[in-house]
Amino acid sequence: MELLVAEIQNLTMNFGPQHPAAHGVLRLVLELDGEVVQRADPHIGLLHRATEKLAETRSFLQTLPYMDRLDYVSMMSNEHAYVMAVERLLGIEVPIRAQYIRVMFDEITRILNHLLWLGAHSLDVGGMTTFLYAFREREDLMDCYEAVSGARLHAAYYRPGGVYRDLPERMPQYTATKIHNAHAAADMNVNRQGSLLDFIEDFTRRFPAYVDDYETLLTDNRIWKQRTVNIGVVSPERAMALGLTGPMLRGSGVAWDLRKKQPYEVYERMDFDIPVGTNGDCYDRYLVRVEEMRQANRIIKQCVDWLRANPGPVIVNDHKVAPPPRAMMKQNMEELIHHFKLFTEGMHVPAGEVYAAVEHPKGEFGIYLVSDGANKPYRLKIRAPGFAHLAALDEMSRGHMIADVVAIIGTQDIVFGEIDR
Amino acid sequence: MSTRIETLAANLRETLGDEAGAASLDRGELTLLVPPAALVATLRALRDDRRLCFESLIDLCGVDYSEYGDGEPPSSRFAVVYHLLSVSRNWRLRVRSLVADERFPVVESVVGLWPSANWYEREAFDLYGIMFSGHPDLRRILTDYGFVGHPFRKDFPISGHVEMRYDPEQKRVIYQPVTIEPREVTPRVIREEQYARN
Repeated sequence: MELLVAEIQNLTMNFGPQHPAAHGVLRLVLELDGEVVQRADPHIGLLHRATEKLAETRSFLQTLPYMDRLDYVSMMSNEHAYVMAVERLLGIEVPIRAQYIRVMFDEITRILNHLLWLGAHSLDVGGMTTFLYAFREREDLMDCYEAVSGARLHAAYYRPGGVYRDLPERMPQYTATKIHNAHAAADMNVNRQGSLLDFIEDFTRRFPAYVDDYETLLTDNRIWKQRTVNIGVVSPERAMALGLTGPMLRGSGVAWDLRKKQPYEVYERMDFDIPVGTNGDCYDRYLVRVEEMRQANRIIKQCVDWLRANPGPVIVNDHKVAPPPRAMMKQNMEELIHHFKLFTEGMHVPAGEVYAAVEHPKGEFGIYLVSDGANKPYRLKIRAPGFAHLAALDEMSRGHMIADVVAIIGTQDIVFGEIDR
Repeated sequence: MSTRIETLAANLRETLGDEAGAASLDRGELTLLVPPAALVATLRALRDDRRLCFESLIDLCGVDYSEYGDGEPPSSRFAVVYHLLSVSRNWRLRVRSLVADERFPVVESVVGLWPSANWYEREAFDLYGIMFSGHPDLRRILTDYGFVGHPFRKDFPISGHVEMRYDPEQKRVIYQPVTIEPREVTPRVIREEQYARN
């Protein structure tokens, strides 16, 4: 009798770049044995804009808004690394109030980022509700961005030497429209009657209950656990070798956080904890990020209290770096010249090189800046956390099912703005 | 913090010897200059030595020094810069290796030491054309399939060489030489030190 043996071949499948779970423009070439992933080869660069090359042709200040467009869900954290690098090369000290504002907005950004991650991750594995909840809270935080910088996403609020301006005394108000009548607008304005700090404080009071809501939906959810527990396990040694940072590293049980280990700005004055996981799977990384949101909330509260009690300057008084106040510029020839020179030729940064890293919501976001003393960066290298994370995707997804690849992409919190740069 | 840096500098000299391990300190950061021939051996020592413990390669990038500063071009055009991080000892180190051959820059790959180097080396190859010998899969990573040239080199124009458009006659997307004029919005200026600072 003749035995018929089917010729079995591995199947190569294209995942993305138009797949909704590909988080943007990831083209993933998967080599499959049945439904089991043998090899994952991410093709990136579909959103490559050569930010680093563009920076070489722009002045130090003109480069700043490009930073917002890298990781476009945690804008101010990107700016933070860049302004820190410029400040270190210039050797200037930032006013203390500006440092508190930066820390507060870094943590607001962390919540913004983690809310988007939480919504997208749960949506990827089939939970719609968290996504809608998360966007409700993001709205409030983006209003904070808008109140302080005028832009809801690309703030360009941090400047070398401080921040663009002080926190506003009045929150912008909703007005009646075709959709919301005067009564509804008044309802939406209830917690916007005071200053921005009042609004943020009100948010920090409401937010822990919201996190409880998300946890009710997910933490003990049977489907959520089936999809995330023991998926994409990374050992601590492997995580370090692969260059994973942030929640990806802490999920594997390594208590590494730049805010604690190499504190910058005023983080050493803050009282907060670093959550770590034990198993290094998707579920632990979920728990780590959820706890990080609670800790970020704590830090914001401390900043609000300090900022209420301590007025002061928010940008350095060195007009070779920061523009003079508008009123002085109108009256004073010297200030007018400073303003003109700063916005045409730009600031001159002493020759040298520096690597400044911040604890970005996604991991270690670093800026390697080489200056030759000109008014433009000579070389700017952006160390994006997502780049190293996505490089580890192959190793993390080997031996898993296709559906698990989606969970792993979700847990890596991938945003293509920073990976492709 | 300063004592930590001093400890690291002392440990570097102990491990690598006085000459090779002499790192320069600038703005609180240590930089080690390593010739390409000794690169892999040095990096291996930095990773494995128990006094140093650099478990993570945080970043790797190419630099093109051909237009650096005002003066004459530097002795070697390309450099590869490694940023190492020790999670257990909580310190950082920058390692720079100047690549002598401008026409065909080659450095030995460190994928065997840190798997994270894989994509970083592909990126440096893609953008600067620096070859990494021993790399398992040195493909382009950020630029388009079939891209010609290495865009981050200083002699590559910011607007590129080709542009893409849909051709209605051929009914497909075609490449053609760029039609935009290159322009410099803000000229690059290097002023003397302490310029206009009284």
